[in-house]
Amino acid sequence: MTLYAIIFYVLAAVIVVTTGLAITRRNLVHVVVYLVFSFFGSAMLFYLFGAPLLAVLEVIIYAGAIMILFLFIIMMVKTETFEERLFPFRQWLPVALIGVVYLVIGALIVSSAPGNQVMLKIALARPEAFGEYLFQRHWLAIEIISLLLLVALVGALYLGRKKAEDDI
Amino acid sequence: MLNWIVGFTILIVKLGVVLLVLLLLAAYLVWLERKFLARLQIRYGPNRAGKFGLLQPIADTIKMLTKEDIVPAAADRFIFLLAPAVVATTALMMFAVVPFGSHLTLWGRQIPLVITDLNVGLLYVFALSSLGVYGVAMGGWASNSKYSLLGGIRGAAQMISYELALGLSLVPVVMLAGSFSIVDIVNAQAKYPFIIVQPFAFVIFMISAMAESKRIPFDLPEAENELGAGYHTEYSGIRFGLFFLGEYVHLQILGALVAVLFLGGWRGPILPPPVWLFMKMIFVALIMIWVRGTLPRLRYDQLMALGWKVLIPLALVNIMVTGAILLI
Repeated sequence: MTLYAIIFYVLAAVIVVTTGLAITRRNLVHVVVYLVFSFFGSAMLFYLFGAPLLAVLEVIIYAGAIMILFLFIIMMVKTETFEERLFPFRQWLPVALIGVVYLVIGALIVSSAPGNQVMLKIALARPEAFGEYLFQRHWLAIEIISLLLLVALVGALYLGRKKAEDDI
Repeated sequence: MLNWIVGFTILIVKLGVVLLVLLLLAAYLVWLERKFLARLQIRYGPNRAGKFGLLQPIADTIKMLTKEDIVPAAADRFIFLLAPAVVATTALMMFAVVPFGSHLTLWGRQIPLVITDLNVGLLYVFALSSLGVYGVAMGGWASNSKYSLLGGIRGAAQMISYELALGLSLVPVVMLAGSFSIVDIVNAQAKYPFIIVQPFAFVIFMISAMAESKRIPFDLPEAENELGAGYHTEYSGIRFGLFFLGEYVHLQILGALVAVLFLGGWRGPILPPPVWLFMKMIFVALIMIWVRGTLPRLRYDQLMALGWKVLIPLALVNIMVTGAILLI
């Protein structure tokens, strides 16, 4: 095992454990904290694979912006403790179904793919290369996504304004 | 293998020196702030421990280390204990990408005077700064006290709002330097510091930086006269000390960022490079203390209006103008 492999398995373990903790905790703030650890682990994984830009973007956008908004909402809501079982049976069924399908497909891919024995070379993606690739090949998709976000923003503003006016 | 060991040793030594300097400087920044603020308010400031009160930071540290570490009975223990560490660690780690010289040649080896030159250095600083918000928000929530919660929520809202202005104000600097690496940005200022060509970006960055480090006039998360001490009301001993440390390390890192992004970093005549960086950092810190001694606290709506309606549009216009000029 090389040093990279050891780091990879440690990070993978961190991600799996924190994600597992995140979906089993009752306390919503704890869930957010574990999820942040999980995102942080994924960011480290990106860095290990030679994509520092993706790593920092993962931390800035997912761990730093989206989760902080979740935390913001959760902090203001009074969290109730639920008495019922953590996972009732009717929730287990779809989880198990999807899980089995995922496992089978994953096993098939790992066993049948010809490339899985080859060690990949470490490639370092510079931010410039990443930006050029993104904006030269996928500019249309980026414009559509930005427009969608703008529409969502305007919609949120409209709803917020309307509610504020109703309150007065 | 030998090469690897030598490289590792150099890294550890660099980390040790930088951490030591950061911690010492944080302690003495508190002294400097108290002394300078006292002078602005026509007082003496600390003057009992040692000459000019110079031993005051050491006395304070010993006091904080030996005080009882209290966790309130109703607090969420896990998060309560975690929050101060998040604030201090994220602040300390940010310094890893700040260069304090070009390089040192020792026994035929070139040692770059920066802990690590990431090609996304600037974004790394933002990533850590956005994680620092968690310390404030979680500390406020976990204390299970109304004042702390209000402080935590204010802190989170303020920091995510001003992070946008902070990031946008630096886009023109990145455009001019053509790189996210802070070493490259300093090298791009070999002829002239960026403050000359980007005065607007400099002003926006300074204001947002003050808001990010939650200092007066932006200290709503800890506003003493309305919230006790805000998010760290319930903390005592060294955990309070860690919040305090995080705040002053943040002050240093923002001073260092202003220095490397706008004032030419370690560049300067005659004196050795680290001394220049140090002087520029202290200069920025003094300006921030001066502002603290001069301006009253903003109201919450004024704070949000300044961030969203003034700084962010200004920063966007600045990006467009810079882009147009670069294209021509």
